[in-house]
Amino acid sequence: MDLTLTAMLLQGGQEAAAHAGAGFMPFYPGLILLLPLAGFLVNGWLALKHAGRAARVTRVGGTYDLDGGGRPATHTLPTWIGPGVMGLAFVLTLVNFVGMLGAGLHDPVVIHYWTWMATGTFTVDAAIQLDQLSMVMMMVITGVGFLIHLFSVGYMKDDPGYPRYFAYLNLFVFFMLVLVMGASYPLMFVGWEGVGLCSYLLIGFWFTDREKSDAGKKAFIVNRIGDVGFLLAIFVLYRTFGTLDFAPIMGGAADTLVYGGGLVTLVTLFFLLAAAGKSAQIPLYVWLPDAMAGPTPVSALIHAATMVTAGVYLVARSSVLFALSPVGSAAVAGIGVLTALFAATIALKQNDIKKVLAYSTVSQLGYMFLGVGVGAYAAGVFHLMTHAFFKALLFLGSGAVIHAMHEAYHATHRHDDPQDMRNMGGLKAYMPITWITMWVATLAISGIWPFAGFFSKDEIIWYTAAFAGAENAPFPGLYTVYWILALAAALMTAFYMTRLMVLTFHGRNRTGETEADHLHEAPPIMWVPLAVLAVLSTVGGWINVPEELQASIVGLGGLLPSSEWLHHWLEPITAEAHHVQELQLGELAHSAPFGGGEVAWALISTALALAVVLATSQLLGRREVQSPEADAEPTGFAKVLANKWYVDELYDAVVVKPIQRASHFCWKVIDQGIIDGAVNAVGYLARGFGWFGSLFQTGTVNTYAFVLSLGVLVILGAVFF
Amino acid sequence: MITQALILSAILFALGTFGVLVRRNAIIMFLCIELQLNAVNVAFVAFSRLVGIEGQVFVFFVMTVAAAEAAVGLAIIISIFRHYETVNVDNFNLLKW
Repeated sequence: MDLTLTAMLLQGGQEAAAHAGAGFMPFYPGLILLLPLAGFLVNGWLALKHAGRAARVTRVGGTYDLDGGGRPATHTLPTWIGPGVMGLAFVLTLVNFVGMLGAGLHDPVVIHYWTWMATGTFTVDAAIQLDQLSMVMMMVITGVGFLIHLFSVGYMKDDPGYPRYFAYLNLFVFFMLVLVMGASYPLMFVGWEGVGLCSYLLIGFWFTDREKSDAGKKAFIVNRIGDVGFLLAIFVLYRTFGTLDFAPIMGGAADTLVYGGGLVTLVTLFFLLAAAGKSAQIPLYVWLPDAMAGPTPVSALIHAATMVTAGVYLVARSSVLFALSPVGSAAVAGIGVLTALFAATIALKQNDIKKVLAYSTVSQLGYMFLGVGVGAYAAGVFHLMTHAFFKALLFLGSGAVIHAMHEAYHATHRHDDPQDMRNMGGLKAYMPITWITMWVATLAISGIWPFAGFFSKDEIIWYTAAFAGAENAPFPGLYTVYWILALAAALMTAFYMTRLMVLTFHGRNRTGETEADHLHEAPPIMWVPLAVLAVLSTVGGWINVPEELQASIVGLGGLLPSSEWLHHWLEPITAEAHHVQELQLGELAHSAPFGGGEVAWALISTALALAVVLATSQLLGRREVQSPEADAEPTGFAKVLANKWYVDELYDAVVVKPIQRASHFCWKVIDQGIIDGAVNAVGYLARGFGWFGSLFQTGTVNTYAFVLSLGVLVILGAVFF
Repeated sequence: MITQALILSAILFALGTFGVLVRRNAIIMFLCIELQLNAVNVAFVAFSRLVGIEGQVFVFFVMTVAAAEAAVGLAIIISIFRHYETVNVDNFNLLKW
């Protein structure tokens, strides 16, 4: 980044601060974007330097310049720069957040830097928007991102691609921030594509492994399908509004668009396609489980905490549009709840620790979609936030486990799968901190009071019930089904997460006798982020305790703080959507479809979840777990679940194979046969004529002389006779 | 007079052409070409009686060109002879395609 642009960004911030006048003064918001970008540039340069050195060492020999710790000298700086820029960005975000908190901001602050493109009446500015929603997202991205960067320092310590890893990770954060800070759909799309690129780069980080690079390609291609939806939605919006900035669209949508009209339904369905791609929902969820090929901290940051929630952010950002389209909203909620249930069933029978977490992520993203689909935009964002805490914690914890398993196997040169839970067991004796923090996250994701997941998930389920019973609910029966499915998926969550914990940490150790001596707790650089996330997973839900719950026993009779804080905080963003909702649907119900109020169902769901957790740990704890080799192949329905409902096989048969066959046809028949054939035929024809003509060229002078004379005679004859 | 001169020219030209077509010795073929040129010169001179001095002027040009051609042609034939030790044109058929 050259200095003039930096100066421009900083200056722009100052100007906007002057214009914002009273209230919220943004504090160098451009710098929040620039820091990760600068980190990318420095780390990227170091990565190139390291790659050049490595190539030389391979080609002509020689050695690396080593630092004090015996690692290549190029690996020293990323340790400081990678997490460093994230820490600074987090502090800056925090300062802005506190500023916004104090100012009571109502209208979003939009800071224009320069005109990105202007053609005719169409203009897009490079502008960032600071409001309550983008602020929450920025806090999650920089905060959780910083912790994951720290964890990575320990996790990736001995990887030869260390600087490259941090370059990609910083670049990802930059694009993710562009996605949430951009003040218009095109700018959001820039971030949307950028995070997709970084996701691809990081999934295929160990690209020499064919399977891993294929997983990266799969993620990229499946996402591309969703991106088509995003673009089409942008086109329709431009046709309708003549602008793509958030502020005029959100402000004017209720007047411009008809409630339940075809246009708004089209836009929302296109956006749903985009969101389903990015957030791994049915039918485009297949890339996320494969994305676990990347390094585990990447799974935590990109494929659990931030990037995959971009779809939820998109829906929350466009809340007015979705509120105006009952069909679009019902589709979002339906896709969400189906995904939540479907992915949860698959997670029941997986043995790879990261695969369980991957399907769990897909399932939890489904909950967020359900939340924003039933008009509970704040609840969706709330679950996004708490999920970022506990799922990042789960992934980082699994990373610590895999790290320990890998080192143990490495020490004894064993080649078993360090990610297979059947090889683990009894790890709590070796890694107590990881064990405790992961139990916190497990209780949180299972929805057990008073952990964060309880409040966010319960709110989504409650709003589904309330929506089903609204005065003029568009599809009341459908939403009742959604509600029941959501409850069922919640119980499955409790089961598969407890199963993961029991298989990994409890029972007899199955790592192997010599290997077990090498198992050890993660170093502080790795367990400190775990501890911080564990605290957040516990208290993170208390910021949005619904009033009714707070007063009841669930809120300890008013002891839990800040009633519905997030709800009120996001009010300026969702007000327009809620206004539409109130106008069209009337009042939401105060009891669930089969009776029972919010408090009652909160108690029921947490009691059920707790019962499942206890029962599962009792039942599975007693069973002897077989090693992967000795374990019997599952049969019947369990086999279907273990094979992920054969969806990959189905897609392979229905989509991939036909495309391959069609491509093969186009390649062999149309391209090589017809097109290349025609070109070659022209060439052969010219060559044939040439060969025929060359027969007259004997090279003998007499022949030429004879033909010449003959020609003269013929001409003379023609002239005279 | 012109008629006889033209007949002489025609006979010389026909002899030259015949020589080029039937002989294989490069030197002889070259001489025959010279014969053709000079047959044309005879015709030029004969016609200059009727048309004017331009015909005779042209003869000088032809002779100049013929001299230059002889210099280049003989040089080629000598170098070919050094290479192949023969001047039979049947042996020289590489200049094709």
